[in-house]
Amino acid sequence: MASLAIFRALRNRRFSSISPSAIPCSRSFSRLISTLVLGEHEGGFLKPSTLSAISAASSIGKDNSISVLLGGFGSDLKKAATHAASARPVISQVLVADADILTHSLAESWADLVYLLQKEGDYSYIISASSSFGKNVLPRAAALLDVSPITDVIEISEPHLFVRPIYAGNALCMVRYTGLDPCVMTIRPTSFAPPAIPSEVDSNAAPISQVDLSTFNKETQRKSWWLKLTSQETDLPDLGNARIVVTGGRGLKSAENFKLLEKLAEKLGAAVGATRAAVDANFVPNDLQIGQTGKVVAPELYMAFGVSGAIQHLAGMRDSKVIVAVNKDPDAPIFQVADYGLVADLFEVIPELIEKIPEKK
Amino acid sequence: MKVLVAVKRVVDYAVKIRVKPDKSGVETSNVKMSMNPFCEIALEEALRIRENGGASEVVAVSIGPTQCTETLRTALAMGADRAVHVDVGPATVFPLSVAKILRAIAEAEKPGLMILGKQAIDDDCNQTGQMVAGLLKWPQGTFASKVILDKEKQTATVEREVDCGLETICIALPAVITTDLRLNQPRYATLPNIMKAKSKIIKKVTLEELNIELRSDFEVCRVTEPPARKAGTVVSTVDELISKLKNEARIL
Repeated sequence: MASLAIFRALRNRRFSSISPSAIPCSRSFSRLISTLVLGEHEGGFLKPSTLSAISAASSIGKDNSISVLLGGFGSDLKKAATHAASARPVISQVLVADADILTHSLAESWADLVYLLQKEGDYSYIISASSSFGKNVLPRAAALLDVSPITDVIEISEPHLFVRPIYAGNALCMVRYTGLDPCVMTIRPTSFAPPAIPSEVDSNAAPISQVDLSTFNKETQRKSWWLKLTSQETDLPDLGNARIVVTGGRGLKSAENFKLLEKLAEKLGAAVGATRAAVDANFVPNDLQIGQTGKVVAPELYMAFGVSGAIQHLAGMRDSKVIVAVNKDPDAPIFQVADYGLVADLFEVIPELIEKIPEKK
Repeated sequence: MKVLVAVKRVVDYAVKIRVKPDKSGVETSNVKMSMNPFCEIALEEALRIRENGGASEVVAVSIGPTQCTETLRTALAMGADRAVHVDVGPATVFPLSVAKILRAIAEAEKPGLMILGKQAIDDDCNQTGQMVAGLLKWPQGTFASKVILDKEKQTATVEREVDCGLETICIALPAVITTDLRLNQPRYATLPNIMKAKSKIIKKVTLEELNIELRSDFEVCRVTEPPARKAGTVVSTVDELISKLKNEARIL
């Protein structure tokens, strides 16, 4: 605590002073606050959730030097590194760990890598999005570093003061991190708007450096092997960052009826989500589940069809800007959070919506 | 092989929680408590592994106050062979400490597999399994929706629920697995089994015996209710809905 107070006092001094004599001082303190962001990339670009993590990192303080770590190998990694480098001045450095063992994000190798980088870089923060990757890797890395991680941060109030949801989002918990550096956390992507990244790479790009993997601990890495990934191919936008989400629950009754919902989604340019009931009944695959144990979304418009609105589902969508609920049961809890409710049979409403909604631009 | 399952006692998933007026936390006295749903799934998986001949013994562990023995009794009634209760009194134990306690138990019990739920529905941390795996230097299979053990090769093939679908990995035993909702359907304890569970052993262990000191890296400053949403309106036709979305919410 005392060190935090001193640190704040010094930071304030730095902000108030613009004389050249303050420069050596500011240099030593820019080292005091530095962040390692674990980056996920796909097809040569940083994932939007990683951009949100960078945005969260930059909200900690103005003099935060942010390094983005990318792993994998090949041309995709190179391209993603260039993409990340173009985010300067938000980020100051891109670290590239070129090793095929890092391609499939196995927790064992990634946690060891984070441990290695922390020993060398002495970061004050290690941040990742609370994606399945971040949740898998960061707690393991934190345990290796003997610090407590903080999951799913939705607000950074002060450098070591965070807000995170507990009890399926039914309570917000403000926690003060009092442990040693690094402060390890995953952030909720929907709570931090991604920074704007220029599409053109200019000469002002951040430096890209290779991580020296010669001392990389290979022992734990021989204990896990990646076999395969099965995913659903879809043309609809990604659920995590769609502007509009249409969701179906048990009320849709069958997988065929979900096609109807997909048609509506197509018309709206929306992503399709589902409740646990719909997933368990095999109407749609698991990765569409929204809720406490599934994905968390906060689109501009959320339309729930045949969704009762259980606590666990609300946890994943209550931060949506506008919520529309269509349900036959006027007592369904979903109507308590809906901005616009329509008590009607969804099998009549959806076709009518498809017919009457104006074409998307 | 022995399977160790960690179970947590939490506020029942169906309870609408209340934040304490002094903002120090969530009201947990006089509230229905039960086994964390993900822990039930972890236990069910361990029992199935034993029933398929993959394991000889299932040991349930819980860390917390005296009342945790009720949760362990439930675990024994579902079919666990014996239980270990690490009594820490009324103190709140955070995942890093839980992971260290579990590491100590694992070093004493030497299980071939440790199964945990992917997260507790009260703190929603989703950390303990990953942390204990890291501390033990064991591989981890998190968010498992399917687990196949290979006794000969001493490996587990784990299908994991990840953001973009299902990922399959193979991990060497001993390992830590955390369960997702779709791994299985936990069984109910039958009355005869509940009676039988009463004679099963719950071993009590203290932190002194494990040589662990509780430490916290953070303090809870305050717990508040999330901002309430404005009351909505009920529309009567699709046309009205579309017009509201167009003119009032300005989305379409």
